[in-house]
Amino acid sequence: MSRPLVAVLDYGIGNLRSAQKSLERVGADARLTADAGLIADASAVVLPGVGAFGPVVEAIRSAGLDQIAVDAAASGRPFLGICVGMQAMYEGSEESPGVAGLGILPGLIKELPSTVKRPQMQWNKLVVADGARQSPLLASLPDGGDGAWVYFVHSYAAVPDDFTLATCDYGGPAVAAVQSGMAFATQFHPEKSSQNGLAILKNFVDLAAGRLRTVEASTA
Amino acid sequence: MKVARVIPCLDVDEGRVVKGVNFVDLVDAGDPVELAARYDKQGADELVFLDITASSGNRDTIVELARRTAEEVFIPFTIGGGIRSVEDARRLLRAGADKTSVMTSAVQRPELVTEMANEFGSQCVVVAIDARRSTDADAPPSGFEVFTHGGRNRTGIDAVAWAQEADRLGAGEILLTSMDRDGTRDGFDIQLTAAVSNAVGIPVIASGGVGSLDHLVEGVTEGHADAVLAASIFHFGEHTVGDAKDAMTSAGITVRPSD
Repeated sequence: MSRPLVAVLDYGIGNLRSAQKSLERVGADARLTADAGLIADASAVVLPGVGAFGPVVEAIRSAGLDQIAVDAAASGRPFLGICVGMQAMYEGSEESPGVAGLGILPGLIKELPSTVKRPQMQWNKLVVADGARQSPLLASLPDGGDGAWVYFVHSYAAVPDDFTLATCDYGGPAVAAVQSGMAFATQFHPEKSSQNGLAILKNFVDLAAGRLRTVEASTA
Repeated sequence: MKVARVIPCLDVDEGRVVKGVNFVDLVDAGDPVELAARYDKQGADELVFLDITASSGNRDTIVELARRTAEEVFIPFTIGGGIRSVEDARRLLRAGADKTSVMTSAVQRPELVTEMANEFGSQCVVVAIDARRSTDADAPPSGFEVFTHGGRNRTGIDAVAWAQEADRLGAGEILLTSMDRDGTRDGFDIQLTAAVSNAVGIPVIASGGVGSLDHLVEGVTEGHADAVLAASIFHFGEHTVGDAKDAMTSAGITVRPSD
């Protein structure tokens, strides 16, 4: 079976090796790259990210990957933002006022409530939104991913809206996964979420390989 | 929802797992990557590797360990020991580590914590604190003193104040070890754990002294730790991580179940 080429956007930040190795584990030919040609040829694109919103967005811009990411997310090819990579897809964040995000998704990233320890650095359970259990990202998990444990590290999160696939409870609902067309994003780290995370990445890679039927979440 | 984490710790010397008893007698307990994969299967929430290799010049062995672990194990792991610079941390993070832990180097040069946080984000920066009770006349106010160099050197620094300072400098987490309890199997130093946990706004991992599953429970319920770390009770097969999770669940603590 062919291994779909998955471009993991490399703009010099963080631990990209785990993302690469986990994608390879579930059948992808995963490459860390900032090469526009390779990214254009890829069956799917992953935008990872750790650290603070501002530096991440600035690093994406400095590497010349901002428009490439925006185009990839709009191309209809599967796209996956992870953690601060997800946050960078929004219009901005309370963490870095004045820094414009990529604007792939609408809205602002907000700080988690002060009633809980920040960062949330723990495993937490997905609460899948009504109508989102058919999302190809989560569909293969028991109960469409509802109740699945995944690993989070973040102090900021998106606010639930029509794109929300799942939230987790951390001082209120924090957005855990979203879908807009074929653009997906997870606040949690699927590459660090053991078997559940690998199952989610396998769904993504199978989508990229055309092995999974494309069903958009009814909420998206 | 607060979910307590269970973290097996693997002391690594020249690429092999060992567990120190009061940091002196070392017993070989196997290949770190195999052991890590086993703990992942058992439901470990994270792993910590502490590099205790004496020859500090050669960092390649521990970088290679990070590299191999990232290929086999898909839960978060921290590497500590001998990290003296942003560059040391960068090599480990690029090799696949999720977090890097600093102790002696952070006490010697606290700006290192901020430099690492600015470069990689706070979530990558764990400040490890080895603390010991002191009843000397010049004991620090909390009664707990920071030790460095694997517990050999006293600093005169107050452990609770240092934890607060580490939080302010940009640490994402505190790994707190009681040197009095480490290797004793008498349980965590609950007073120390609670004093630090209640004083900082970032997560605290309790470490040092676990000899039974009840000790893990106490670390959370009485010590207010966010995570509990243990080595020998897991390494020698006395208990699985699943046993630990079951005991914690029975005590009313929310954990990620081990299937």
